[in-house]
Amino acid sequence: MRRTWWIYLIGVLGLVAVAAPFLWMVLGSFKTQGELLRVPPTWWPQDATTQNYDDLFSKASFPRYFVNSALVALVVTAGNLTFCSMIGYALAKLRFKGRNALFIVVMATLMIPGMVTFVPLFVLVTNAGLANSYPGLILPFLVSPFGVFLMRQFFLGLPDDLMDAGRVDGSGELGIFARIMLPLTRPALATLGILTFLGSWNNFLWPLVIAQTEDKYTLPVALALYSTGQNAQNYGLLMAGAVVVVLPVLVMFLAFQRHVTKGIAITGLK
Amino acid sequence: MTVVTETEARAVRRTPPPGRPRRKISRESAAAWILVLPFVLLFLAFTAGPVLGSLGMSFTDIKQRDLRTPFSVNGVGFGNYVKAFEDETFRKAAFNTAYFVVLGVPLTLVVALAAAVLLDRGVKRFQALFKVGYYLPVVTSIVAIAVIWRFVLAPDSGLLNTVLGWVGIDGPNWLASKTWAMPSLIAMAVWRNFGSAMIIFLAGLQGIPQSVEEAGQIDGAGSWQRFRYLILPLLRPTILFTSVTTGIGYLQFFEEPFVMTQGGPLNSTISVSMYTYNQFGFGNYGLATAMAYILFVVIAVITFIQFRLLREK
Repeated sequence: MRRTWWIYLIGVLGLVAVAAPFLWMVLGSFKTQGELLRVPPTWWPQDATTQNYDDLFSKASFPRYFVNSALVALVVTAGNLTFCSMIGYALAKLRFKGRNALFIVVMATLMIPGMVTFVPLFVLVTNAGLANSYPGLILPFLVSPFGVFLMRQFFLGLPDDLMDAGRVDGSGELGIFARIMLPLTRPALATLGILTFLGSWNNFLWPLVIAQTEDKYTLPVALALYSTGQNAQNYGLLMAGAVVVVLPVLVMFLAFQRHVTKGIAITGLK
Repeated sequence: MTVVTETEARAVRRTPPPGRPRRKISRESAAAWILVLPFVLLFLAFTAGPVLGSLGMSFTDIKQRDLRTPFSVNGVGFGNYVKAFEDETFRKAAFNTAYFVVLGVPLTLVVALAAAVLLDRGVKRFQALFKVGYYLPVVTSIVAIAVIWRFVLAPDSGLLNTVLGWVGIDGPNWLASKTWAMPSLIAMAVWRNFGSAMIIFLAGLQGIPQSVEEAGQIDGAGSWQRFRYLILPLLRPTILFTSVTTGIGYLQFFEEPFVMTQGGPLNSTISVSMYTYNQFGFGNYGLATAMAYILFVVIAVITFIQFRLLREK
């Protein structure tokens, strides 16, 4: 095949175009403010410094934002894994009144933009005394229609015989779910877990609205407010901040990428 | 065969076991309701309730001062909707959003399809590496991406203008230009999002049997003709699906102008989502929910059209 080399060349150029901004970010985070403003710009840091990271972790409270982001994402992920697999199982495998109606209503909310719900949600959460609190950040995201859909599809593919075997052995309905069926959905749980974590980590609009003091900011909120506030000209700090936001999800994605791309190909949804 | 056995199994299961015919069914639905309950409660409180609440609020004059007494407000009918459409900035935001979607969606899909074809037909070795590489930006925070791209697009010390300088092009100050700010945001969105549609296209391409291409080859069709008249029509449902999911996402674009331009210069990049958020910030809750619902209706109509188009074939 003579034509393959230029196909690979295009492919590699594409990879360079995708990777270049990330590389620019990492290299920039080790440059001084003076070097960042230099024309023409430098690629490799001339006098590399960790000053930006020192500032990030001492002057700015990025460790705090990091912990907030991680805490919210972990609880949201745990909630989605628990509640979405529960209802997903019921919708796929158990007969009860209103099952189809419930499924249709949940699916109909898949396309509702966050912009539609955030104002009444803000009024509700504020009046419940949960503004600027962890429960306020977490509660609205503990379940997602996407998670219900994913888990239901996966449960549909499991044979009913397993449940019948459990019934013959005298297990209760909940025991059949928890001990026989749920352990078989590990691949789906992995996909849902990783996608939910990434979604929560990157979530912006709601934490922007509900986190009102610095000690409740998540990383994207802090970065956005720094980049538009009085630190807007502190380029090195912003580059280092972007690294702290992006790096954990990149590492996590590379470790679990099979689950992510498989889940998207299966459900056709992000 | 399998279908028959499955139906038989169901028939056997439906026959109540001797001795306790009704208790088993009620136990099954009792278990179902226990499993469904936590979701339903959270869903009612944080999704279904707010969706209806938002609709209700959009017909009232609710403002920030009514935050603690959201039920003691006055109805204004379609006043907020009229106000939104009469607002010049809202119309500008609607135009910008349409601009972003009409240019951004086709560009994203063309790049995604090209990448998918490249990986499916040309790149056999290291295919997984390329796939993961192209998908990488999709999982990252738009806020962080927007911050990085501000530096990529910086006028003198930026990456893009430096690269353009190598080939003798004097690039503009992208984000400060009324003409270039919006195309810059679109370029960034294409760069960040094409990987998502690419994965779906790749799955679609791999689902097309080899025999289709072989038949084309026998008929003497060139590779472009085979792609245009054999592969592309078979991808039609996939293309429709990705165009709608991408379109729904782009209709809501918010972080990009929030971080990169704050909607400027001179409102040339303000989006409906961002203007809605601004109205919320000004305390005009009723107006903000009306604007959000206008966006919602547009999204619903587009989704509906997609289902109609999909059903035709």
